[in-house]
Amino acid sequence: MSHQSPEMLAEKAKELLVEYLARYDEMKPKEKMAIPAQPMREQDPDVRNKNLEEVAIGYTMEQARVEAMRCLQCKKQQCVADCPVEIDIPEFIKHVANGDIQTAIDVIKRTSLLPAICGRVCPQEAQCQMNCTVGKGLKDVNQAVAIGRLERFVADWEREQGVVKIPDVKPETGKKVAVVGSGPAGLVVAADVRREGHDVTMYEAFHKLGGVMRYGIPEFRLPNSIIDQELDTLDKMGVKIQTNFVVGRTRKLVDLIEKDGFDAVFLGTGAGLPIFMGIEGENLVGVFSANEYLTRANLMRAYDKDFADTPIYPSKNVAVVGGGNVAMDAARMAKRLGAENVYVIYRRTENEMPARNEEIHHAKEEGIQFHFLRNPKKIFGTEDGRVKAIEVTKFELGEPDASGRRRPIAIPGSEYIMDVDTVLVSIGNGSNPLISRTTPDMKVNKWGNITVDESQKTSMNKIYAGGDIVLGAATVILAMGEGRRAAAAINKQLKEEIEAGK
Amino acid sequence: MRLEAPLIAEEREAGQFIMLQVDNDYGERIPLTIADADKEEGSITIIFQVVGKSTDELSKMVEGDNVPTLVGPLGTPTHIENFGRVVCVGGGIGVAPLHPIAQALKNAGNHVTIIIGARNKELIILEEEMKAIADEFIVCTDDGSYGRKDLVTAPLKEECEKSPKPDLAIAIGPPVMMKFCALTTKPYDVHTLVSLNTIMVDGTGMCGGCRVDVGGVVKFVCVDGPEFDGHKVDFDNMISRLNSYKAIERKDHDCHLEKAANEKEGQL
Repeated sequence: MSHQSPEMLAEKAKELLVEYLARYDEMKPKEKMAIPAQPMREQDPDVRNKNLEEVAIGYTMEQARVEAMRCLQCKKQQCVADCPVEIDIPEFIKHVANGDIQTAIDVIKRTSLLPAICGRVCPQEAQCQMNCTVGKGLKDVNQAVAIGRLERFVADWEREQGVVKIPDVKPETGKKVAVVGSGPAGLVVAADVRREGHDVTMYEAFHKLGGVMRYGIPEFRLPNSIIDQELDTLDKMGVKIQTNFVVGRTRKLVDLIEKDGFDAVFLGTGAGLPIFMGIEGENLVGVFSANEYLTRANLMRAYDKDFADTPIYPSKNVAVVGGGNVAMDAARMAKRLGAENVYVIYRRTENEMPARNEEIHHAKEEGIQFHFLRNPKKIFGTEDGRVKAIEVTKFELGEPDASGRRRPIAIPGSEYIMDVDTVLVSIGNGSNPLISRTTPDMKVNKWGNITVDESQKTSMNKIYAGGDIVLGAATVILAMGEGRRAAAAINKQLKEEIEAGK
Repeated sequence: MRLEAPLIAEEREAGQFIMLQVDNDYGERIPLTIADADKEEGSITIIFQVVGKSTDELSKMVEGDNVPTLVGPLGTPTHIENFGRVVCVGGGIGVAPLHPIAQALKNAGNHVTIIIGARNKELIILEEEMKAIADEFIVCTDDGSYGRKDLVTAPLKEECEKSPKPDLAIAIGPPVMMKFCALTTKPYDVHTLVSLNTIMVDGTGMCGGCRVDVGGVVKFVCVDGPEFDGHKVDFDNMISRLNSYKAIERKDHDCHLEKAANEKEGQL
């Protein structure tokens, strides 16, 4: 669908709301399903691919209410079952339809602490919206009730009112908990454990909090101001923060328990080492991991060329290797930083891409060029060691592999060369060895990910883990789900200790 | 420069480094080796040469100022044991990271020969401290303004020719110097460690910007290093990666160290 102006969408929704409000109470499911789905208002693609502002502008009140009216308030509530943190979705949507946004946010916050973030970056199409009755009825998952957009609207509304409610904290218990890493898993653990009155200290290796939400996900998808808001809530709850602290190096993990007296530790250290392809020319100047490129641009603010001391490589023609959300972020960031041509090279087809459809769609709108069924073979450099071209092999799809996706097979002799000056490698992350190398007793699997039981407890007493350090590379919401489980287990452990008088 | 950092002082071992940033919002993260630490005082000592904007700003800080970002100790500590006879070679500012390593090797019972060198007399650092550790001590300058008029590779070669040959050599200094030290010891099959100082962003393994080719395998300096087998490091690739941003560095980023290294390469 071509880009629709935000003003026009807002106007249209105003008219629709008046029309539907008059008869909402008598509307039959069939009539509700006939209400047009409300598109997200977005910046014009040709404008936004030159700025860092958020792509999605958000619903207006009228749009949100019209969209909420599409919800059939099913008894079955498949959406709730598919939500990793089980938000009471029909309930909050009902309040949005009625225009009672305060009650809607209260409902969400019963189970989700970070709705402004989840509303933006959760893969709703594979979770709450996947089995939505409306989407099924209209035979298109994209026509499901836009739960994520509504969640975002409600969270943004609360923030704009300037009265974000701080969750109640129970009286101090005297128990101390260390949370290692301030990404999505760590934030959830810190909040959930602090609510029970335990003394929480959150450790972060970087100078800024937020983990992957800060260094990885770009401003145009998740503005820093949103993360700051959520962190401010933790601060007001009394969570202690220690930045520039690498657990394992600045302090050994076991010392947190043995010397510093923590009663429990949660490890949410995230996905660690970027994987490279292992092809010739990969160490040439101009080849970056997507992690490095995005960290320079986001965390170190290299996009702000007038102020930032951290440089970003000047690129004209960029090849991004990989098909995940991080690849999309890197490609769209490269475009915004001034690259003329950005090519995404992916060895399967669009159908197999792990990136969200929305991100692929946005990338295409912004002028990113996709080269499917292609894989890099070699990178060529200039005499002084800089990237000048990339050789790619064509692929075709064969039989399904272990992941159920059709396996890409190289076509012999199909190689050709593309002129590029920058290559961004975005094919995933291995696990960071920092904790395991400095903590010999910690059990890890063959990929180096920490092994945990169903309550997120590690092989070591009092130590829990969750998020990408356990899952490999996953999503913000899955990390939050793990954080929630770990927090419950930590709270249980501490409660038992308190009851036993320890 | 001494920095108050009690936790880093307590944990740090020879060979490790810190990352720092002089401005929390727009500053660059730079790795610097820990030259010394005082657990009692809770301080670490860093020695750096002003080569760009961050080090320039750092050099202008005075007692009582706050370095907003200081994290460490990072990297794998040097493996210390009694190897027997060890030659430590330090070039220019590289003498600073070499100092704690030489001290630890001496404490472990090694016979330690120390060779330090610089372009001229003014650039020789930590001479007294190194002399106090060394069983044998050699100082050279490129221009002959102090000590032997030689590059450090000359006395290193002589040490390799002695019988028995050294059990270990450690070379720390500008990349070109380390490259040639490794080339010097190679024919004598003297195991040679070098300590690399590459471009880093996070310093904890997450970005991969510091990667080097060590014997055909990609290694990350920040977590796998900073020390590697000098005979296996692809120095030419490493040096070209160090120059990644040279073309776009602002005027105040003019790199004095690179200039010095290039001059040196011309002489070798």
